[in-house]
Amino acid sequence: MEVNRLLLMDSSPLGRDGDSTKKIMYTVILTLLPALTVSVWMFGWNAVRVLALTSIFTVAVEALIARFVSYRIDFMDGSALLTGILLAMNVPANAPWWMLLVGALVAVVIGKQVFGGLGQNMFNPALVARVFLLISFPVEMTSWPLPGAVDGTTGATPLGLLKTEGLGALAGTHLTDLALGQVGGSLGEVSALALLLGALVLFYKKYITWEIPVTFIGTVFVIAAVFNGINPQTYAGPLFHIFTGGVFLGALYMATDMVTSPLTFKGKLLFGFGCGFFTMLIRLFGSFPEGVSFAILLMNAVVPLLDKYFPDKRFGMVKNG
Amino acid sequence: MNYADKFKKTFFTENPVTGLLLGLCPTLAVTSSAENGLGMGLATTFVLLMSNLVISLLRNIIPNRVRIPAYIVIIATFVTVVDLGLKATLYDLHKTLGLFIPLIVVNCIILGRAEAFASKNTVWHSIVDGIANGLGFTFALFILGAIREILGSGAILGFRFWPEEYRTILLFVLAPGAFITLGFMLVGMNKISKMLEGK
Repeated sequence: MEVNRLLLMDSSPLGRDGDSTKKIMYTVILTLLPALTVSVWMFGWNAVRVLALTSIFTVAVEALIARFVSYRIDFMDGSALLTGILLAMNVPANAPWWMLLVGALVAVVIGKQVFGGLGQNMFNPALVARVFLLISFPVEMTSWPLPGAVDGTTGATPLGLLKTEGLGALAGTHLTDLALGQVGGSLGEVSALALLLGALVLFYKKYITWEIPVTFIGTVFVIAAVFNGINPQTYAGPLFHIFTGGVFLGALYMATDMVTSPLTFKGKLLFGFGCGFFTMLIRLFGSFPEGVSFAILLMNAVVPLLDKYFPDKRFGMVKNG
Repeated sequence: MNYADKFKKTFFTENPVTGLLLGLCPTLAVTSSAENGLGMGLATTFVLLMSNLVISLLRNIIPNRVRIPAYIVIIATFVTVVDLGLKATLYDLHKTLGLFIPLIVVNCIILGRAEAFASKNTVWHSIVDGIANGLGFTFALFILGAIREILGSGAILGFRFWPEEYRTILLFVLAPGAFITLGFMLVGMNKISKMLEGK
């Protein structure tokens, strides 16, 4: 053992930096703090309750699974905790505890461990759980508490209103409210700016790259602008579409998940474009008001194909080689 | 022929659904409740039994080159019998199973047993084979339907045990629930099969 510490016997790359799965996971969790602070400020103790419950449930389920599988699971490596926090950001602040428990079970078991654990999963575990809950418990998943409401009033999200009532119902909503988070919604979809603030750290640390977020948000912006330009009476503006719903949370934290996003440059561009395209397709013509989670899951499924057919050109590569 | 072994095979290790993964279309589509699974399974069992019987009787008469069309005609005859019979006796079940009753014609288990067993074996053995495979299929569909009904509707065979005011996991009675449940069921059945083989 002493020798191993002095002489590292390993294949290349031999140059290492300090990053590990654990460090990356906990860094990502820390960068979510600004957005979580806004959520807690908006929704009060309910937000804290949801966060605490999902975090405890996901880590506990992962610890339980670790006892039954043949491969090693480090349930404190931060990945389960991150899944828990992202799940919390995807549900309304008044979500009942049993729904969060079902969500944690689905995220960890169906979303991750059936594929063989961290690094093997095809789909983003938190999004699998969100979609599962949305389909299973439509009532609980669509009664959103309004920010700052002390008496537990619930209401529709701006996107929900747009779907059911049309653009006229949104006349009183200002864009600054949307950007800062003064609207009804799940914990994580309220403040786009706070999410961006946290994500800046991830860009700086190079844990995420610009391709997916920029193409994702850009595609949503362009499609919304085209429809808004054609008929401003029916279709909401591009800024409305990028600041409402889960676009920022999805583009910055969900679509860029290292395990479930493409590795190559062109693959990333197409992945981001697909996420934005399907999001707008569902928002404008689908039966659900919000499509970010479905869009990302759909694109997750084609990641292996994107990686295969759009490889990076490496130095020394020969055409038709 | 050892009958106990035969049934152990068709229920577990070589179960048409969980062992051979045949007939997945009706398996996934009609098992939203235990009753539907049972109905579909028994309807298929009847067709399987009768087609095995007739094909075994005619196995030396049917020319080899046109055997598949001949089998399909025989199978389709019995499917029509089941279709009209269910319509006359169990109209509600017929309505829920709907299109999937005529589709028994193209269930690959039936053609599979005709091709692999009934065309080569005696009448009595073919009858036993038809019953064994049919009941194995019914068993798998019933378990799948029961799990989905318990989780998705909080009920078993139509009897609701879960209090009305509590939620059930709606996803399990929808299509994605069928795939997820079948996946976990395969894990369980493989485990049981391994235990049976290892004695």
